[in-house]
Amino acid sequence: MTVFILQRLWFMVITLFVMATVMFLLFRLLPGDPTATVISSALQPEAQAALRASFGLDKPLWQQYLNYMVNMAQLDFGFSFHTSRPVAEMIGGRLLNTLALLLPSLVAAYLVGALIGAFIAWRRGGWLDTVCVVLATALQSAPVFWVGMMAILFFSLKLDLFPVGHIITPGREMLPGLAGYLDADVLHHLALPFLVTFSYQLCFPLLLMRTSMLSTIGEDFIDLARMKGLSERKVMLRHAMRNALLPLATTLPMLLGWAVAGSVVIETVFSWPGLGQLMVSAVERNDYPVVQACFLLSAFLTVMGTFVADLLYGLLDPRIVYE
Amino acid sequence: MRALWTAILQFLRVVTATPVGRIALGICVACAVLAVFAPWLAPFDPMQKHYDGAGKLLRIADPSFKHWLGTTSLGRDVLSQMIWGVRPAMLVGLVVALGSAVIGANIGLLAGYFGGRSDNLLMRFTDIVMGVPFLPFVIVMLSVFGKDLGSLMLAMTLIMWRASARIVRAQVLSLKQMPFVAAARITGASDLAILYREIAPNIVPLAMVNMAFALAWAITTEASIGFLGFGDPNVISWGSIIYDAFASQAMYRAPWWVAPPGFAIMLLVSAVYLVGREYERVINPRLAGP
Repeated sequence: MTVFILQRLWFMVITLFVMATVMFLLFRLLPGDPTATVISSALQPEAQAALRASFGLDKPLWQQYLNYMVNMAQLDFGFSFHTSRPVAEMIGGRLLNTLALLLPSLVAAYLVGALIGAFIAWRRGGWLDTVCVVLATALQSAPVFWVGMMAILFFSLKLDLFPVGHIITPGREMLPGLAGYLDADVLHHLALPFLVTFSYQLCFPLLLMRTSMLSTIGEDFIDLARMKGLSERKVMLRHAMRNALLPLATTLPMLLGWAVAGSVVIETVFSWPGLGQLMVSAVERNDYPVVQACFLLSAFLTVMGTFVADLLYGLLDPRIVYE
Repeated sequence: MRALWTAILQFLRVVTATPVGRIALGICVACAVLAVFAPWLAPFDPMQKHYDGAGKLLRIADPSFKHWLGTTSLGRDVLSQMIWGVRPAMLVGLVVALGSAVIGANIGLLAGYFGGRSDNLLMRFTDIVMGVPFLPFVIVMLSVFGKDLGSLMLAMTLIMWRASARIVRAQVLSLKQMPFVAAARITGASDLAILYREIAPNIVPLAMVNMAFALAWAITTEASIGFLGFGDPNVISWGSIIYDAFASQAMYRAPWWVAPPGFAIMLLVSAVYLVGREYERVINPRLAGP
C-alpha cells in the first residue's frame, strides 16, 4: 500500500513536470514575442533590454527553463505583467474561493446523486424513474453558464432572493482564511452559484449510479440476500448500493475535470473571484504568467483528484491488490 | 471499410428501434440539415443591421412577425443568428469527435496489442494527458495560437482522444486472447494485418459509442468557449450569442435573445447523448434493463 501511494505520488510529480514543460515551450517558442504586449517598442532600446533582463529574458533558453523549473518547484510563479504583483500572492485567495464553491458541491452532488440514482434504479420503469432520467439528461446537456444566467434571472431578479453576483456586498471586507466563508453575507452570495454548481455536478453520478445499480440488481448475491429474508431497504442499501458504487469512484477524476471546466464558466457568470475567473481575465489581458499559473494549479487539482480516486477505489473494493 | 459500413447500418437499426432513439436521431439530422442549408433557411444575413421605419436602429426589439426572436443590441436578427449558430457547433463537434476517435482507437489498438514496453509508454502518456484540465488547456491554446475555429478544434482533439484510448485498449486486451486471432496468426498474417483486419473491426461499435459522448462534450465546450468570448470573432455560434447578450448587459431584459441558444444547445447535446445511450446497448445488452 505504501509503495503504491509513493508510486502514485511520484507519477503526479512527473505529470506536473511534463505539463509545466509544455507551458514553458508554448509561451516561449512562439512565433512572435510574448513580451511584446508588456514591453512597448516605443521605449528606448536600452530600456527595453533592461526590462527584458528584469524578467530574465536575456539569458539563453536552457537557462530560462532551468530558472523556471526551480521557481515553479518553490511555487514562485513570477510577476504579473498586468499588476506587477507576485502571481502567487494574487492566486492564493482565488484558489480558496474556487475550492469553497467546488468541493462542498462536489461532495453533496456525489452523495445525493448516488442515493437518488440507486433509488430510481430500484423502482425502475416507474414514473419517478422516467422523470428523473429525463430531467438529469436535460440538465446535464444544458450549458451550465446559461443555467446560471437563467437562475439569476429567476431567483435574483424576479424573486429577489439572492444577490446577482460577487462574493460579498461591495464595500465590505472579507475576513482572511476560512473564517471568511462563515460570514452570513458571503454565504448568501455563495448560495446561488452553489446551487447551480451542485445541479450541474449532480446529473453525472445520478445517471451512472442508476446504470450501475441496474446491472448489480441482476447479480446472484442480490437474490441470495432476498432469500435470506432481508428487508428490501437493507438489500438495496447494504448489498446492491455498496457494489454499485465502484464505477462512481473510478469516474471521480473525470467528474473533477468536468467540475473544473464548469467552475471556469460559473465563476464568470457570477463574478465569483476564483481561479477560473482570474484565468479568463488574464487571457483577455495577455497576462501570461498568471494564465500559466492558473493552468498549472487547475492541473494540480485534477491530478490530485485522480490520486484520491485511486485510493478510494482500493478502499471500496478489497479485491483490488496494490502491487 | 466494410466493417465501418456494417457498423453504420447496425447503428441505424439499433437507434431507430426505440421511440427515444428515433426522436433523438431526428433532432441530430434536423440540426445537420439546418447547418448545411443555413444560408437559404435563415430569413436574414445574421450580421445585417435592421432599422425601423424612422431609420432608427432596432435595438433589442421584442419578437415580432418580421423578427420571430427579436433583435440583438446591434439590431441583428436573433433567429438568423440561431440558424447560423448550428454550423460551428456541428462542425467543431464532428471534426473533434472523429479526430479524437481515430487517434484514441489507434493508440488503444497499438498499446493493447503489442503490450509490454510500448503499452507501458503509451498508457503512461495517456495518464499524463488524463491529468490535463480540459477547458483551461483549450483556453491557453487559444490565447497562444489565436482565436479561430482551427486552433479550437486542434486543442480539443489533442486532449479528447484520451478516454477512447483507454477503453479501446481494455477491449483489445481481451480480444487478442480470442481463437480467431490465433487462427489468423497460424495462417501467417502479420501483426499489422491481425491488428487492423481482425481486431479493429470489433472495436468499431465501442469507438462509435465513445464518439457520441465526445461529440456531446465537444459541442458543450465549443459553446463555453464562445460564451467566454474566446470564440472566432468572424463566426456566429450559440455560445457567442449568449456572450453578446451577457456582455451587453441586456440579457435580463431580453429573455427571447438569451433563452433560445441555451435551449438549442441543451436539445442538440441531449439528443446526441441519447443516441449514444441507445447505441450503447449493442456492446452492453444488460443496459437495456428488464
